[in-house]
Amino acid sequence: MISHLIPRVLSKLLIPLIMLFALYVQFHGDYGPGGGFQAGVIFGSGIILYALLFGLDEAKEVFRPRVLEILVALGVVLYGGVGVAAIFAGGNFLAYSALAHEPTHGQHLGILLVELGVGTTVAAVMATIFFQFAGRGRTDD
Amino acid sequence: MLDLVHLVLFTFLAVVAVAIIRLKDLFAAVMLMGIFSLLSASLFTVMDAVDVAFTEAAVGAGISTILMLATLALTDSEEHPEHNKFQAMPLIAVVLTGVTLVFATFDMPRYGDPDAPIHQYVAPYYIEHTEEEIGVPNMVTAILASYRGYDTWGETTVIFTACVGVMLLLGGHAIVDRFRRRKPPGREGEP
Repeated sequence: MISHLIPRVLSKLLIPLIMLFALYVQFHGDYGPGGGFQAGVIFGSGIILYALLFGLDEAKEVFRPRVLEILVALGVVLYGGVGVAAIFAGGNFLAYSALAHEPTHGQHLGILLVELGVGTTVAAVMATIFFQFAGRGRTDD
Repeated sequence: MLDLVHLVLFTFLAVVAVAIIRLKDLFAAVMLMGIFSLLSASLFTVMDAVDVAFTEAAVGAGISTILMLATLALTDSEEHPEHNKFQAMPLIAVVLTGVTLVFATFDMPRYGDPDAPIHQYVAPYYIEHTEEEIGVPNMVTAILASYRGYDTWGETTVIFTACVGVMLLLGGHAIVDRFRRRKPPGREGEP
């Protein structure tokens, strides 16, 4: 990896802000534009930017592929879990109104958790796909 | 005024699109594709589709550009065309498709037309009931995550499946071996 001093220094400043912005988009999706998908993509591009500038091995140290794999599945499980929880609470699959005493509170909770599931999956998928493409042909895990 | 903004943005879109096709330097083409997405995002913003604009900016201008740059790092950043001969057949196919598409737009309702079929079906219900039923200020989020929760659930599964597919195709036998809980072949004998 060639040393690019200025991009590295700048990215060290920017990557935390990118990830913070992703979290803002994630949890502010109820009130403004945004949501799980956009937040996941922004978070994922933060990870990929890190990998581009500091090398694949360094990035895999920070964002371990095994953890990312678990997160990929965890997001889907969280989404489905909210749906199943709604069934146990007496509603239909993904009918969040049953999740709390007040229907709108249930909707708030359901939407928040579901968006979190989408965000987790998308961010982990973006990073995993990039790691797979960039590490193509290497024998290590 | 708004028409002027539309006109300028659409003109820029067309210019950038032609430039992308004509460029031989792929690095510049990737950058222009990012600009193309950013222009589309601006258009969506002007058309008041903020959530779509956000997605376009994050996916089109953000992660696609990064992935394309990563691809260029693996390959060559210069295009080497195999054949420069003029070919009539592709041109005819493209022109015919384009004419058909433009012809089809004559049947489309005008932009923002309240009588358009899309605004007659379920949209009025969502607009009237989101406030009391969901209580979320952003109606797009309410529709995506709650009213159309099944669709979003399907989309998440599609992304998950895509990831599994990429891992199986590119991860090679390392991943398959790991899930079969066996040692990769040939590793034992290695020094």
